[in-house]
Amino acid sequence: MKITLAHGSGGQSTKELIEKIFAASYKNDVLDMMEDSAVVNGSAKIAITTDSFVVNPLFFKGGNIGKLAVCGTVNDLLMRGATPKYLTSAFIIEEGADVNELKLIAAAMASAAREAGVIIVAGDTKVIEGNGGIYINTSGVGFIEGEDFASSKCEEDDVIIVSGSMGDHHAAILSHRMGIKNDISSDVAPLCDIVANLKKAGIKVHAMRDVTRGGLGTVLNELADASGKCFNIEENAIPVSSQVKSFVKLLGLNIMHMGNEGKLVCTVAKEDAEKALAIIKSGKYGENAAIIGKVTEGSGVVMETALGGKKKVGILIGEGLPRIC
Amino acid sequence: MDKIKEIISFLKEYDGEPVTLMEVCGTHTASIVENGIESMLSDKIRLITGPGCPVCVTVASYIDKLCELSLKPNTCVCSFGDMIRVKGSKISLDDAKAQGGRILMVYSPLDLINVAKEDPHTTFVFAAVGFETTTPLYAVLLEEIIKQDIKNIKLLCALKTMPMVIDKVLSAENNITGMIAPGHVSVITGSDVFAPFAEKFGIPFVVAGFEGEQLLAAIWALVKLNGKGVVKNLYTEAVTKERNEKSYALTSKYFEPCPAAWRGLGVIENSGVRLKDEYAFFDAGSDGLYEDFMPKGCSCAEVITGLKRPEECPLFGKVCTPSSPVGACMVSHEGSCFNYYNNKG
Repeated sequence: MKITLAHGSGGQSTKELIEKIFAASYKNDVLDMMEDSAVVNGSAKIAITTDSFVVNPLFFKGGNIGKLAVCGTVNDLLMRGATPKYLTSAFIIEEGADVNELKLIAAAMASAAREAGVIIVAGDTKVIEGNGGIYINTSGVGFIEGEDFASSKCEEDDVIIVSGSMGDHHAAILSHRMGIKNDISSDVAPLCDIVANLKKAGIKVHAMRDVTRGGLGTVLNELADASGKCFNIEENAIPVSSQVKSFVKLLGLNIMHMGNEGKLVCTVAKEDAEKALAIIKSGKYGENAAIIGKVTEGSGVVMETALGGKKKVGILIGEGLPRIC
Repeated sequence: MDKIKEIISFLKEYDGEPVTLMEVCGTHTASIVENGIESMLSDKIRLITGPGCPVCVTVASYIDKLCELSLKPNTCVCSFGDMIRVKGSKISLDDAKAQGGRILMVYSPLDLINVAKEDPHTTFVFAAVGFETTTPLYAVLLEEIIKQDIKNIKLLCALKTMPMVIDKVLSAENNITGMIAPGHVSVITGSDVFAPFAEKFGIPFVVAGFEGEQLLAAIWALVKLNGKGVVKNLYTEAVTKERNEKSYALTSKYFEPCPAAWRGLGVIENSGVRLKDEYAFFDAGSDGLYEDFMPKGCSCAEVITGLKRPEECPLFGKVCTPSSPVGACMVSHEGSCFNYYNNKG
């Protein structure tokens, strides 16, 4: 069955669509009340974020737009040191979209939400004229206990750690678009386990960012700008899977500007570095974590190249690969 | 491995005659900055970039013509990405698009075949730029459209060839003591094509691959060969002494040598190729596009000819940045200014 404009009318078809697909997938006490807004318990300090997802294609190796929509927002909450609690989910669907695909997307959202320990408490569905496209916005709330993480909090001598290999999501989407067959899979994942373990162990995390659009080069530059420090990294220390490495070389891409959807970079106090690395490595999705450099006085991002030269790492210029999330 | 270590320490500690080495290949420019190679060299070794980026050497009147065509009814201009943001005398293709022009970005000229078949009432004009390496692709496209009797694909050509521009650059007052010969171009031309220039100017040419180690080896060889008018090929896995006859046969079926206009260098005899008269049907008006226009203060011309390094341009990094480029060298991913801006402090 295909989605028609009637599914967005607010009448019977809308009701059926919501009940059969979204409510059935997300099922929880708050949502099930079907009120105009969700009423939930709070916390003294909360993190709030919102993100819209327009990825093309909707389904890719390693996930789909639904999984991405949950993980993206959950990870944004985690990166401030929050524990994600509630999500909202708004769909903008173009007429002609396939109902079975919609079901798969909603099921992926429910499954990712379960893994991340969040509930989807409110939602919205709109249908517009078009050609079968599906777009999702998710907003999220997380509770913060103790210190929050912030880009401005990086300190001199902090150690820079990434939680795993770079570029996987970007390479997976690009492979799909270009019809290149390989085993590269998107890394889309909620990073709750890693963050919870670091907090539980009392690691002095100063800043944390998920390495999404713009890639590691852009994120590190943003951290350097916000903290007024210099980020020194070693090219050889940055984890990249051998498949992605070949892919990048073949297409002349820059790994420093390729996005992920399940990787983070953090700066931690020097004395906690080895312990933090061990914790991330033993957590879910962190097995390939690595220390890639340190924070010093100065500005910008400086890389020691594999050959032993030094160069500045810039931010992504232009649009890079559009619609990867 | 030991050899490369030896080369690295030699280049760092070099204290002999000062050398100035030029590369003329956008991929070499990018690899040099990506590997941080300049930071590994002694102060006595200076690297400069030459006219090796096809977008950077294109003159304004060519871009103006593309913009004009894109605004014509039933016409669509197709181009590689970098060309779209370069300004002509007034506007870029990007600006033309905002004014209602039809522009399509493609990854390969061959992508055009299906597009043109699906829309037979539109004429698709491909912005055919490039050096010896790219021209065979346009010949393949022509073979295919003639075979399939496709009438709505045309080329606007600004195709260049390397030898005569190298001659022109070496005749300028830039004290070049050695050339890193272009890797991709040499695959087609063969390394012998540089021999007359090595002899005429009494400087070494080294054909190099694109890995950081290969470029270091080329720089090392050029320092060692300083003052000798010889050609050395260090990219033997892809480059032979002789030209690639198969590729020459294909391109010379459709194209013939012609004078070409280069940004900042003027018109150079025998430095380009044009469609032969019997294939004029496929030409979208390429002849005579010689006029150039340089934005005020822009040093692209000096940068391309090695008279200035990108950071010596007064606009570099101030009013001219990749997000708001003034000159072509800051637009193209193979441009010297783009690469210097992104990878150097």
